[in-house]
Amino acid sequence: MAKRFEISHVMDFIIGDAQAERAVPPTGFTARLTLFSAAVMAFLAVFALALSVSAGRLSERWSAELAQSATLRISAPQGQMQAQTDAAMSVLETTPGIESARVLDAAEQRKLLEPWFGPDVPLDSLPVPQLIEIVEADVGVDTEALRVRLAGEAPGAVLDDHTRWRKPLAAAASRLWFLGWLSIVLIFAVMGAMITLAANAALSANAKVISVMRLVGARDSYIVDAFVRRFTLRTLSGAAIGMVLGVVAVVMLPAARGEAGFLSDLGFAGAGWLWPLIIPALAAVVAFAATRAAARRTLKELR
Amino acid sequence: MIELEQVAYSYGEGELLSDISVSLTPGSFHFLTGPSGAGKTTFLKLCYGELVPTSGQARLFDRDVRSLTRDDIADIRRRIGVVHQDCQFLDHLPIADNIALPLTVAGKSVHSQDGNLSELMSWVGLRSRAAALPPELSGGERQRAALARAVIMSPDVILADEPTGNLDWEMSQRLLTLLVELNRMGKTVVIATHDIGLIRAAKSQVQARVLRIANRHLTVGADL
Repeated sequence: MAKRFEISHVMDFIIGDAQAERAVPPTGFTARLTLFSAAVMAFLAVFALALSVSAGRLSERWSAELAQSATLRISAPQGQMQAQTDAAMSVLETTPGIESARVLDAAEQRKLLEPWFGPDVPLDSLPVPQLIEIVEADVGVDTEALRVRLAGEAPGAVLDDHTRWRKPLAAAASRLWFLGWLSIVLIFAVMGAMITLAANAALSANAKVISVMRLVGARDSYIVDAFVRRFTLRTLSGAAIGMVLGVVAVVMLPAARGEAGFLSDLGFAGAGWLWPLIIPALAAVVAFAATRAAARRTLKELR
Repeated sequence: MIELEQVAYSYGEGELLSDISVSLTPGSFHFLTGPSGAGKTTFLKLCYGELVPTSGQARLFDRDVRSLTRDDIADIRRRIGVVHQDCQFLDHLPIADNIALPLTVAGKSVHSQDGNLSELMSWVGLRSRAAALPPELSGGERQRAALARAVIMSPDVILADEPTGNLDWEMSQRLLTLLVELNRMGKTVVIATHDIGLIRAAKSQVQARVLRIANRHLTVGADL
């Protein structure tokens, strides 16, 4: 039957048994190695977490922003441009689900073309289509029905509901989110492997201690707890230090600005700053499990 | 208390002990003799559950050793004090803490100034050496410290493997006297030794039975 989890067990574990602690000799090198590994891994985990959280946030924002907007592009001979624009506007005004529709003026269109053609684009002498910005209401628009109506009233109008932009952007952001979490899992796996190696080294170095303790009647749980507690607390301390340094590094990243894009937006927002707190706790759980498994394995070889 | 019935033990392909049958009753005193490599240490390890017979049955406190869990073995070792020839200690702890180790691992709080511990250390003549680390002790002091550690839990059985191997005659006699005292207190004592002089000296103090291992077999009540 599984042992019942009780908070008093956790408290006993944290407080420890001073006598048992003394029985296992201090191991300076493995102690420093464990502390250092845990700190570095926690530092990296903060960045992976920040990447994942930011990517998730970005994915939601891009999807939301692009999902509620559409663009109508009217390409028509010079003489028909105004008539088709008016016809398209009257269709849009009577289409359910459209909150607003606005014809972009020449200055706005020039600004959109500036990155490609430079300033002072001679719009009048270029066959530039007229753009209409559409903002959808929360209920959404039946785009297929709208396309059919536009084809009848304004044949030069092409509706772009941003689907072809939205899908790859959302996919890229969600892949970043996934990679962030995968990195965290891998970081903790490496942390577990390092702690196992350090614990094995400590157990091998203390083979005589373990043998003497068994000879005088120590139960496995007594010996295991002495090692597990030591490695768990070391890892917890190291991971806490690494986590704090990681958070400080994230705080010190340049502030987010619209033109700086995704990189300057890397970090946590609001209650999201609490996320890094789980890193030391998870590290302690990994250390507990890894050391316990290593100690049990070693003890099985003794009778 | 400890019973071996038609026990055999093999290391790899070679059989070291064969058809061993003996019963160590409460309050008995035994010398285990035999040439080096005959299997005396193996016999003692079978008696405290470190080894399991390859055939036959070993019963420790009425329980078949094969049915014991690891925790059961730990509990049984609290009832069997073992003195090894090489007297293994935790070298980073003072000798007083080493002697108290069986109490510590049993979850009993021990302070080095504890009355019983001080009394025990006086009994083995180590009171003034309480703070010394094991590597700082002489061979005789280590043997006496190992004996003190073996008896601190007031075990029912004391198994001593060549306890006087590294000691001079006077120190051997002193250690023997301590073991005889323990036997008078009702403890079962088994001393593995090839020191015939020690056995003869003991026979004047205690009714001892001699167990001899030779050519894989155990002879009970063997002539010296």
